[in-house]
Amino acid sequence: MDVIGSFALVLALLAAGYSLVAGIISIRTQRPLLLKSARNAGLAIFPLVTIAVASLLTLFFENNFSIAYVVEHSNRALPAYYKFAALWSGQEGSLLFWSWLLSIFAFIALFSNRKKHPELMPYVGVILGGIQLFFLMLNNFVASPFGLVGAIGAAGTPHVVALADGHGLTPLLQYSEMDIHPPMLYLGYTGCTVPFAFALAALLGRYPGEKWIHITRRWTMVGWAFLSVGILLGGHWAYQVLGWGGYWAWDPVENASLLPWITETAFLHSVMMQEKRGMMRVWNVWLVFITYMLSILGTTLTRSGVVSSVHAFAQSSIGSWFFSFLAVILIVCVVAYWKNRDYLRTDNQLDSVVSRESSFLFNNLILLAACFAVLWGTLFPVLTEWVEGNKITVGPPFFNKVNIPIALFLLFLTGVGPLLAWRRTSLSSLKRNFAWPLAAGLFAGIIGFVLGDRDIYALVCLILAVFVTLTIFSEFFRGARVLSVRSGANLLSSVGQLTMRNTRRYGGYIVHFGMVLIFIGISGQAFNKNVQSKMQIGSSMNIGPYTLVCQNIDGASNANYTAERATIEVFKGGRSLMMLFPERRFYLASQVTQTIVALHSSLARDIYIVYAGRSPDDNAPVIHAYINPLVRWIWLGGLVLVLGTVLALVPSRQPQIILHAEREAAPAAAGASVPVTVLQGHD
Amino acid sequence: MNARFKFSIGAIIILGTLVWLGWVGASQSKTYYHTISELSALQGSALQQRMRVSGNVVDGSIVHRPGRIDFTLTEEGKTLPVSYVGDSPLPDTFKGGAQALAEGKLTPDGRFEADQVQAKCASKYQATPGGQPSAGASKAQSHIQTDPRSLAGPRS
Repeated sequence: MDVIGSFALVLALLAAGYSLVAGIISIRTQRPLLLKSARNAGLAIFPLVTIAVASLLTLFFENNFSIAYVVEHSNRALPAYYKFAALWSGQEGSLLFWSWLLSIFAFIALFSNRKKHPELMPYVGVILGGIQLFFLMLNNFVASPFGLVGAIGAAGTPHVVALADGHGLTPLLQYSEMDIHPPMLYLGYTGCTVPFAFALAALLGRYPGEKWIHITRRWTMVGWAFLSVGILLGGHWAYQVLGWGGYWAWDPVENASLLPWITETAFLHSVMMQEKRGMMRVWNVWLVFITYMLSILGTTLTRSGVVSSVHAFAQSSIGSWFFSFLAVILIVCVVAYWKNRDYLRTDNQLDSVVSRESSFLFNNLILLAACFAVLWGTLFPVLTEWVEGNKITVGPPFFNKVNIPIALFLLFLTGVGPLLAWRRTSLSSLKRNFAWPLAAGLFAGIIGFVLGDRDIYALVCLILAVFVTLTIFSEFFRGARVLSVRSGANLLSSVGQLTMRNTRRYGGYIVHFGMVLIFIGISGQAFNKNVQSKMQIGSSMNIGPYTLVCQNIDGASNANYTAERATIEVFKGGRSLMMLFPERRFYLASQVTQTIVALHSSLARDIYIVYAGRSPDDNAPVIHAYINPLVRWIWLGGLVLVLGTVLALVPSRQPQIILHAEREAAPAAAGASVPVTVLQGHD
Repeated sequence: MNARFKFSIGAIIILGTLVWLGWVGASQSKTYYHTISELSALQGSALQQRMRVSGNVVDGSIVHRPGRIDFTLTEEGKTLPVSYVGDSPLPDTFKGGAQALAEGKLTPDGRFEADQVQAKCASKYQATPGGQPSAGASKAQSHIQTDPRSLAGPRS
């Protein structure tokens, strides 16, 4: 199996190399046959890498412990569904997995466009081929997943051995979310590749018109949705597994995933400026370029050990490969831009500060500021070491201080932006659109204050959340009312109709609503409480309105781990609410201690209890309890966000309606198309 | 041009505010990495900084006292007395011979007062080159990365 896998990887490498070289030659010589063969080579990469992935998986399922990667990440007792997770739990496997996802995206991009854009696709093929060539070089020469376990024999000659059992998968990853979170994140990262390829191809080939921007936008939405889900699942995993009571710690790895997400978000907004007004062409191209480079930078940082965290004791040579790759990408981008910069001239200028354009500009400005701040904070130890010769880190206070105001300003723009007209907006229309939502938001703020919310950021967040939600709903309502007056259908079905006529716009609103929910969830942090106390059987502690009583301490052990477990009964106002069972396990195979959080989650709050260990003084169990309000809203918001993105990707139904109406009767067509064009103007 | 001018003013105000916030946030949370031998050379305001020191826990030096745990870190022949005053229980991996990171401040009498201690057992780390390196200090768990790539071999 390992021979088949290695062989498939070599062939994939050759195919990628061929699609790159033959592609470049065919663009120069314009020979159609060569062009076709270059494309076919590009298409062949996907099945070949699939064979490699399938053979590695087979090795896992066969428990083939002569393969080093299988030894290090699996054992016989590992349940089958974790063997998938084992595939991407180490350096070699995760790089192979990366190549595979990349080849899927590349295949879809090349195959679905094989009869379209004849001037553009050869360039796309070359760029995708080049990128895949790099990753396949890593798979073949630097981090081969099919390496064998070697041993030095009696005569001093190395020979292959097969071990009886593997080291097993680290317990932290033995969690069902680990089967979904990494693939989602990787899909998000690799998803940045196709938009990058199209943007660079359009620039290199000076592709006329804005067609490429539509392709790029759709692909970016796909990648963005995966990245969003990946980030949220990562937070969810950290929250449920790591047992420190939070979901986001501004760790370099988390930051690395946030950076391309921020620039993608900026691109998805500023791209509308280009579509509607022919503005910001240079900016957009660079946003796509930077997004791709950030997606690679994240991988680079986490694999090279450049940004040290407590866990980075050893360093890897693979970092230099990634840095070289980044340098090549950067040079290609700069040269391509410099040579073709006249192709990106702007059609229009900013007309007014109170306009849709300027709301997008502000949106982009502060998104990029956030991106810069996060990057700066993440690289701070590296920068200070270069400049001062001394490593200095900045912690969460830095990230929070900068990013919370940015996030709130963004939330404000989420409410304001979509209602502003293009070019300029009159004061009276501002009043008409915003008076009621703003008043309701302020009212909610006052109620919040009276109820005891004294945290300024949480208050602002509450006001804005109500304001934005109302503006979103009023958008749906106003559009649906126009429709229902015309068609006579009821309001609810008109909402559905309205949404399907312009999925992009209304899907976008739903994404905004999902973000509002996430903001509400995050703002709950202002009211987090935590108490830590030694607990004996029968002792109790108070946290917020709850009283926690320790009813029992017992142990459990099996072949996999030994555990200590506490039984905590939760009382509120003298009434027993529930029993929670925080646990602390010691895994025998890997000699790792892990805490199993006891979590009770509701919309209002999470009760989160950790068995923290034993007190050094008297060996009494220590229980750490957290009350985290509103956390669930974050995960709910994530669901809404995905729903909105999927909706926005569904093609709008309106073109057919117009065509249909036109065929029926001319006057009716005129009547039907009026609201449609009005709606479009707002998009 | 007027609109551009207004926009630029707005942008400068926003960015200025952010830079200020970032500066304040950074100065609040800056942590300096030092080796034990560097500590004796520190002077003036550098002594007041929050810092992170790493070393091995000297075997048999761990003493539990009311409200704190004393131990000695050693690195390259230099030693540093440390008092751990944090709330969280120390991780199971914290024992004599373990590799530890202490975060906190120097006191005038030359002790290092740590409010966070992270530890990992060096020998165990060696045994599983591809595995998850840290059993997780109580606070260190907040640094454990959410991405499995970080748990992969080369970093650990």
